[in-house]
Amino acid sequence: MSDIPPARPVAATFENEFLPVRAKLLEVAAALDRLDRGAGELDEAAAARRALLVDAVQLLAQSCDATHTDRAERLQLLFSRAYDADWRQAFEV
Amino acid sequence: MNYIDPHIHMVSRTTDDYETLAKMGCVAVSEPAFWAGYDRGSVEGFRDYFEQLTAFEPKRAGWYGVQHFTWLCINAKEAENVALSREVIAMIPEFLDRPGVLGIGEIGLNKNTRNEATVFLEHVELALKTGEQLLIHTPHLEDKHQGTRMIIDMLAGDARVDRRRVLIDHVEEHTVRPVLEAGFWAGMTLYPVSKCTPARAVDIVEMYGPERLLVNSAGDWGPSKPTAVPDFILEMRRRGHDEALIRRVVYDNPLTFFRQSRGFRFTPR
Ligand SMILES: [Zn+2]
Repeated sequence: MSDIPPARPVAATFENEFLPVRAKLLEVAAALDRLDRGAGELDEAAAARRALLVDAVQLLAQSCDATHTDRAERLQLLFSRAYDADWRQAFEV
Repeated sequence: MNYIDPHIHMVSRTTDDYETLAKMGCVAVSEPAFWAGYDRGSVEGFRDYFEQLTAFEPKRAGWYGVQHFTWLCINAKEAENVALSREVIAMIPEFLDRPGVLGIGEIGLNKNTRNEATVFLEHVELALKTGEQLLIHTPHLEDKHQGTRMIIDMLAGDARVDRRRVLIDHVEEHTVRPVLEAGFWAGMTLYPVSKCTPARAVDIVEMYGPERLLVNSAGDWGPSKPTAVPDFILEMRRRGHDEALIRRVVYDNPLTFFRQSRGFRFTPR
């Protein structure tokens, strides 16, 4: 893929992103607290989805280098149904 | 900046929205046929809808100097009714020579079922027979990755498909790469909660470059923002990107793609 625009200096990006990221992390922290304060228990299916949220938080904490900035992509895949390359045979289409 | 919204459902929006779009620099919209929020009962319901898309909607857009283009199909949500889908597919050619019709769309998958795949392939067959371009919807949330891969499989499995004449829409971080690498056009939809935000769409332009990438609002009757493309333009500017790069994504790219449709007649401002 051609014409990739030049990367912006990280210092400028950091100053723009620090407060919004802090705010979003705080929202996530508060929402997880809210879940823990909830009455009763989740059923099995909901508990499995709840576990995905913890996996996602762990994924965010993994480090990336400049050539592998793919946290968003991996987080999307974490929340995705599996793809079976042989689906056409199964569907007979 | 003049821009084009390549995916917006104006039949669900008000005339005031056209006025706002025009004031924000929108010079043209392309409106794929989609789900009305309820299943239409008969082929006549679709005929009336296509009449609205090809006759009244261009007129209403014209009141504000916005050029209106459209795409015709039965959408994936209604494709579970295969019999009705076949009636609609047989009727679509009545409208294909009308001014402003750009092709078949938005076809695609919704829950990735066998019936959806069957109706998808029959739409592709119609497009190949009539020489039309394709605009393709990809599913939501957890179904998007699987459905996008299935769509690529179906198109790549047919050597007659010219990938430069196919737009696969609603790509996100996990689906944009396979779509672009296979040679298709990719659309990013800017939605308030699901799909892409303007910031993430700009990230994707920064990572993949502007080639064959489009941005749209997919404004419709649900929570959506018809002026989302200007939000993208603002975010690009905020990050210091060249005006030429911004213009390429929001104006030049849609023109390049649409010009491949025989029904595309565009008068630049
Ligand atoms: Zn749509």
